[in-house]
Amino acid sequence: MPDYFNEMFDGSNVRMPYRGLDDWSTEMPLELRNLKQSEAEALFRRIGITFAVYGEGGSPDRLIPFDMFPRVFGAEEWRRLEAGIKQRARALNAFLVDVYGRGEIVKAGRIPAKLVYCNEAYETAVVGFTPPKGVYSQIVGIDLVRTGPDEFFVLEDNCRTPSGVSYMLENREIMMRMFPHLFQALRVAPVENYPALLKRTFASLAPAKCEGEPRIAILTPGHFNSAYYEHSFLADMMGVELVEGKDLFVEGEYCWMRTTEGPKRVDVIYRRLDDDFIDPLCFRPDSMLGVPGLMNVYRSGGVNICSAPGAGVADDKAIYTYVPDMVRFYLGEEPMLNNVPTWQCAREDDCKYVLDNLPDLVVKEVHGSGGYGMLVGPKSSKEQIAAFADKIRADPDNYIAQPTLALSTVPTFVDEGVAPRHVDLRPYCLVGETVELVPGGLTRVALTEGSLVVNSSQGGGVKDTWVMAE
Amino acid sequence: MLSRTAENLFWTARYIERAETNARLLEVGARNSLIPNTGGGYRNEWESVLQAGGTAGGFAEKYGDMVQRNVETWMFFDRDNPSSVASCIEQARENGRIVRTALTSQVWDALNSASQDIREFARTERSKLSVSDLVDWTLRTCALIRGASQSTQLRNDGYDFTNLGHCLERADSTARLLDVKYWVLLPQVAFVGSGLDNYQWRTILRSMSAHRAFNWAYGGEITPRKIVDFLVLNRASPRSLLTSVEGAADHLDRLARAYGRATPAQTAVRGMLGELAEATVDDVFDEGLHEFLTRMILDTSRLSGVIYETYLSGDAR
Repeated sequence: MPDYFNEMFDGSNVRMPYRGLDDWSTEMPLELRNLKQSEAEALFRRIGITFAVYGEGGSPDRLIPFDMFPRVFGAEEWRRLEAGIKQRARALNAFLVDVYGRGEIVKAGRIPAKLVYCNEAYETAVVGFTPPKGVYSQIVGIDLVRTGPDEFFVLEDNCRTPSGVSYMLENREIMMRMFPHLFQALRVAPVENYPALLKRTFASLAPAKCEGEPRIAILTPGHFNSAYYEHSFLADMMGVELVEGKDLFVEGEYCWMRTTEGPKRVDVIYRRLDDDFIDPLCFRPDSMLGVPGLMNVYRSGGVNICSAPGAGVADDKAIYTYVPDMVRFYLGEEPMLNNVPTWQCAREDDCKYVLDNLPDLVVKEVHGSGGYGMLVGPKSSKEQIAAFADKIRADPDNYIAQPTLALSTVPTFVDEGVAPRHVDLRPYCLVGETVELVPGGLTRVALTEGSLVVNSSQGGGVKDTWVMAE
Repeated sequence: MLSRTAENLFWTARYIERAETNARLLEVGARNSLIPNTGGGYRNEWESVLQAGGTAGGFAEKYGDMVQRNVETWMFFDRDNPSSVASCIEQARENGRIVRTALTSQVWDALNSASQDIREFARTERSKLSVSDLVDWTLRTCALIRGASQSTQLRNDGYDFTNLGHCLERADSTARLLDVKYWVLLPQVAFVGSGLDNYQWRTILRSMSAHRAFNWAYGGEITPRKIVDFLVLNRASPRSLLTSVEGAADHLDRLARAYGRATPAQTAVRGMLGELAEATVDDVFDEGLHEFLTRMILDTSRLSGVIYETYLSGDAR
């Protein structure tokens, strides 16, 4: 068993950022804790922040379990993380500008051409077009894990439309409502200006033909989508319209929304649906969710679509390996955040190593997400491993493998009291005219003892994430 | 605002009002069935209620016989009945969820709690739920949702569309509740003016929470003429047809001012308002109460259609 880094306790000493939380948690009587827990659940249910898991059936009104024990970063820890996250977000956007333009990084031989241009996520429809200010990915969600005081690893990048930020904001709201004295006593940096920053980010990226204040709208697949709550929450917090494809239409050189007063022009669309569904004339012809003709308007500067169609090529798991190279190539800096060592089954040597060492590795599908279709070697039976090996042999290009990381733990309320549970972190970096990061993010926690899978679809929960002010 | 949002607000209000109408109809049925059967023979309190509510066909298909308990289930719980209280509350909540951003948290809270209560009722043993409790709950819940809306929503166009929904649905509801009398007395003209007749009129008033108000406004004996005047033509009566249509006209006027242009919707409402403002009780009875009410229900739905085409369909230019 590897030695896990406990973020709160260094032996019996409480680490600096967690000072004040030890007494709070040990002195809280069980009845009070249960009371607070049910209060929190009632609050979540009342605001309607629920989610549905695709493919699992069940109630679309399910709650993600919320753990009241916060996850805390010290100011200094955060400063280093912040610099690394912003650096990575800048590099990813520079990469996107490059590969849809001159392709210098490929010409320089730093990334294989096949990996970029034959990638499923590479969007030929936008080759040669540069979106406003060269920003493809306005919201970069970088999934991080920690293995030691100064060791952070990037698990994956999310350049399209990373979800979960509503939990970051609501978790904080609920913690402040339930434990105001903690916030009085400790100096927790606020996250509540995220929606304002997001709006400013979009406003700074108005399309070429927009004059005056741009009108922003969030495009949602509709209220049956599992993240609908988040879409409506963000629209509400930013004070922008929440639209579905059928609310928009293209006429002349612009995109319009149908209002009670007649058509109103829309300048910036924050879309929460996949590229495939944006425009049936350009992508999937059977999509009912998008807006016919939208891509033409986009390419002629009549509207901006965020994230930019085609941004997905940067967060592909096969491209991921090259992000540190991107940082060096475009920014001329050394990467501050490390990748997890990754074996590409597409490479013969790597594939052999992976197949020989399956019991120690985590194997993922290149395009998979949500914790589906993966193998956690140390937690799997011989039969499961053998079955998975066959899948890899059948289609090696489809798999990557990583060592099982010793994910850090944070104290978590469990039936028996407080116990360490493994966590990860998703901060949301905003890229517009400037690059911004609110001090916080979404901490996901694997609630089952010993489990390393934090996905909400696999029994994970969430925690409020605190960053201590200087 | 987005046409779809306006449409959802409009329908959220209509569903709330419709849930309330169904609860009131349920009360009329339950009270009418308490009258001792002295006339002998034909009893049709429940059928009349279903006829007036417009769901008699669906009920007959599903249950057949007119058994009180089945009617209660049909009108309150049954999801197969699109007008049942449960269906309406769930629809209102779903419409509200879609336009969550256009609602204040108080309104959303009220809608969401209502739907949670409904689910709780569905899990509760039926013998523990009395009709009068269910009716009370519905009236209270609808009042809470409306009150939250009145006291917290921004007075913008969304507010006008919400209230248009309330006004139109209420006009429809009053016409239908009043029409119960036509159905209940249909087979025996000799009953008109009898003790049973008066009792039924009084029930109609009671179902609209208006029996005390009626006494204050008119005093003396309850007569069909006074009741029709009160529920159709009296501006002071909060649920009268005139009051409801006047409310719709006010909100359409506000929209015309805010948007800087009048539409066929304003013309349509003015037509209805003009007729109601000038009508007398004699006019109503000359036409025939049932015929008059049927026409009002049609006019209301036509007005709703014009509002849809003008503002809600998204085809406005």
